[in-house]
Amino acid sequence: MSTPDFVATTNACKLCRPLGAAIAFRGIEGCVPFLHGSQGCATYMRRYIISHFNEPIDIASSSLGEKNAIYGGGPNLKLGLKNVTAKYHPQLIGVATTCLTETIGDDVPMLLAEYERETSLAERPLLVHVATPSYAGSHMEGFHGAVRAVIEQLAGPGVDNGTINLLGGFVSAADLRYLHRLCLDFGLSATLLPDYGDTLDGPALDDYPLIPRGGTPLSAIRAMGGARATVELGATLPEKSGGTVLRDSHGVPLHRLGLPIGIRASDALMELFAQLSGRPLPERLAAARGRLVDSLVDGHKYLFGRRALIYGEEDLVVGLTSFLAEIGIAPVLCASGGKSGKLAEAIGAVLADLPCAPPEVREDVDFHDIETLAEELGCQLVVGHSKGYALARRLHVPLVRVGFPIHDRLGGQRILHLGYEGAQGLFDTVVNTLIEWSQDSSPIGYSYM
Amino acid sequence: MNSQALLSERTRQIHRKGATPLDLDCNKDSLAGAVSQRACVFCGSRVVLYPIADALHLVHGPIGCAVYTWDIRGALSSGPELHRLSFSTDLQELDVIFGGEKKLEKALLELIARHSPKAAFVYSTCIVGIIGDDLAAVCRKVAEKTGIPVLPVQSEGFKGNKRAGYEAACSAMAQLVGTGDISGISPHSINIVGDFNLAGEIWLIRDYFAELGIEVVANITGDGRVDDIRRCHGAALNVVQCSGATMDLARIMQERYGTPFLRVSYFGVEDMAEALYAVARHFGDEDMLEKARQLVKRELAGLLPQLARYRRALAGKKAAIYVGGAFKAFSLVKAFRLLGMSVVLVGSQTGTREDYLELERICDPGTIIVDDSNPLELASFLKEKEVDLFVGGVKERPIAYKLGVAFCDHNHERKQMLAGFAGMENFAREVHDSVMSPVWRFVPRRHKEVRP
Repeated sequence: MSTPDFVATTNACKLCRPLGAAIAFRGIEGCVPFLHGSQGCATYMRRYIISHFNEPIDIASSSLGEKNAIYGGGPNLKLGLKNVTAKYHPQLIGVATTCLTETIGDDVPMLLAEYERETSLAERPLLVHVATPSYAGSHMEGFHGAVRAVIEQLAGPGVDNGTINLLGGFVSAADLRYLHRLCLDFGLSATLLPDYGDTLDGPALDDYPLIPRGGTPLSAIRAMGGARATVELGATLPEKSGGTVLRDSHGVPLHRLGLPIGIRASDALMELFAQLSGRPLPERLAAARGRLVDSLVDGHKYLFGRRALIYGEEDLVVGLTSFLAEIGIAPVLCASGGKSGKLAEAIGAVLADLPCAPPEVREDVDFHDIETLAEELGCQLVVGHSKGYALARRLHVPLVRVGFPIHDRLGGQRILHLGYEGAQGLFDTVVNTLIEWSQDSSPIGYSYM
Repeated sequence: MNSQALLSERTRQIHRKGATPLDLDCNKDSLAGAVSQRACVFCGSRVVLYPIADALHLVHGPIGCAVYTWDIRGALSSGPELHRLSFSTDLQELDVIFGGEKKLEKALLELIARHSPKAAFVYSTCIVGIIGDDLAAVCRKVAEKTGIPVLPVQSEGFKGNKRAGYEAACSAMAQLVGTGDISGISPHSINIVGDFNLAGEIWLIRDYFAELGIEVVANITGDGRVDDIRRCHGAALNVVQCSGATMDLARIMQERYGTPFLRVSYFGVEDMAEALYAVARHFGDEDMLEKARQLVKRELAGLLPQLARYRRALAGKKAAIYVGGAFKAFSLVKAFRLLGMSVVLVGSQTGTREDYLELERICDPGTIIVDDSNPLELASFLKEKEVDLFVGGVKERPIAYKLGVAFCDHNHERKQMLAGFAGMENFAREVHDSVMSPVWRFVPRRHKEVRP
């Protein structure tokens, strides 16, 4: 087994907390993500995010220097807010802290309140803040934390407006567009938060956008307290989340489901949407489901029992494991750098009605541990983001790229994971990857499957 | 420029050649909220030391600093590849409260035992500077226990900009220099300083110097080895490229060992040839100089007809340059001129006053010169100057692409060799293939032109 007593991390399977917050803030209309910390954090995260989305992402920084670290970052924070307002004319600035400002003890809510007193409403945007110390939790805590902060700080009580709140989690831009379409199909009026489906996958333009078009409208966020239900996706969500805040503060009923990856998880979401909308499964979706089942039959032989390693964010790992197991793949290792404490239970739940052997489930592991374990367990397929490429290459096993980041291929933001259509794409990719692998390693080179 | 894109505090960091004498503000802290393209001190240290392939590079801090620099440079190694792994102490809340020294020591001991590196570099990050871990003391202790050099790199992110990180990296390397055996080193010997072996460039440069009869003692730091750095004070000359990053090491070695240095660039035909001539002149060896002439002649004979072909297609096109260090920009201005293209915008993250004076000298009137720019400024310049090609790094790419402008990566993530004579041909081909692609006709800024 790997070395659990090791304190060093080698090739982490997680990112830092402010990155998740920055992406979530990018999914709000008119919002500029702002990191309170040293300049490098914002630049590194921009570079990391750009390499996946191939899209601009301007993340502002308070660019703290040595003096600020000693005497406090307040003045730089305020100057930064002023400059971002002057240049970007945002409706909202989402301020996330960093390990530096958390450690020097800057009281960001107090500083923002001061800034609000010092400036007039006409000359400043709305401000939202979230604490994202990188030494506690991963980018997923940052992402969920930012969603919750936006709701806590912006959503009003609101009158019953007949909409639903849809908190889609950290999924791809294509997934977010799909969720929109799904709501339309069911005739549901929904507030999807966050929504970077357009802001991080936009068209070619004549002008560089100050802030890319799209994102969850602020007016919709304000009205979230008046929705008739919240649907929150993710199987390892924190106890306190955007959904629980809406439930506990505004009485909005909360439905939590795992990410709708694969048939069963998608069925669960469709059933919920059918129930919330009072409509049956729309024709288009029924047809997509039918085609998906048909293709599973066509391809089942080529993947049955193939041993898979699945890694990434815990919510995604649960969704992928559920899907891969239901099509006949044998998950042998489900791993994440996150440590929600819920991964094993969530994996157990999605595999409960399937005849597959329980996989090893590991939280809080790095790629060194993952590789060691995968080698011991033996695997024939790797499913995860592109940072597992080195491992897949060494193990001489094909990698199916999903999730974030995908730095060595184009179009990571356009990978659809969710719903029947997402499952169809994933299924075709997985089965064809395995077929290609055996075709390429065959001395004959069969021209039929 | 569009006034919206420019903050008043930034006006003194932008200059247009010809309007007034150059009086550019530079080397100052980035403006809060301006969305600088710069990174931090840690980044500066990390990129300089990164290519030393047989050293352990441990980032002492929370996980972000390590993950964002994992396998970040295309700095190739001819042997060990320890530099391509990302090591971190992944500090947690309790470490921040009670201090991270114990964790650091344990992490170093276990990683050194696992990987048997020749040395270890331990990078300090923002938070370590605040909680006050005594990095140097831990490093000393571990060096005693393991018998390898364990070098603290004082690269707390907030302590300045990337340039301060270069200095921290050079101080760390300087602790290695002078600890190796220098017997048997040729009087005609150099260190290649400030080349990072992106896409294998240093191998090409080493071949050139070998042809001149010159021994290369150490690559600093591309395809770098700890033992070579330990004995690099035995070299007769430091040949320094990318002056911003490694100049401090050259200065330290000049002070400590009297090692002279030359500043060179391997990009573009003129600068590559001049680099070889300058080294040959330094040694005052006529035979070496003649070999350099022969080499240049031979390489140019192969290269120039190729360039002429590209030049026919590219003549009159407009280029923009925004890079980390200004020194690279000098060579790029000349390289574009060789391709018949004009440079209408040039800037850098960390240029000095001398750098910008030199840029102004070699640029055409009207050229915009900018220090520590940001996406909105760069986008507005690209539009104003109707640029055909933008050269920069990954963070500049989406600015160009979003506006439908061709782009070449001349930063550390590229996979294409751009140095030397072969590199110039690659560069010309990449510029050509980018500018001449038929896709630009579909982008909004060109769309009107091709529509009847």
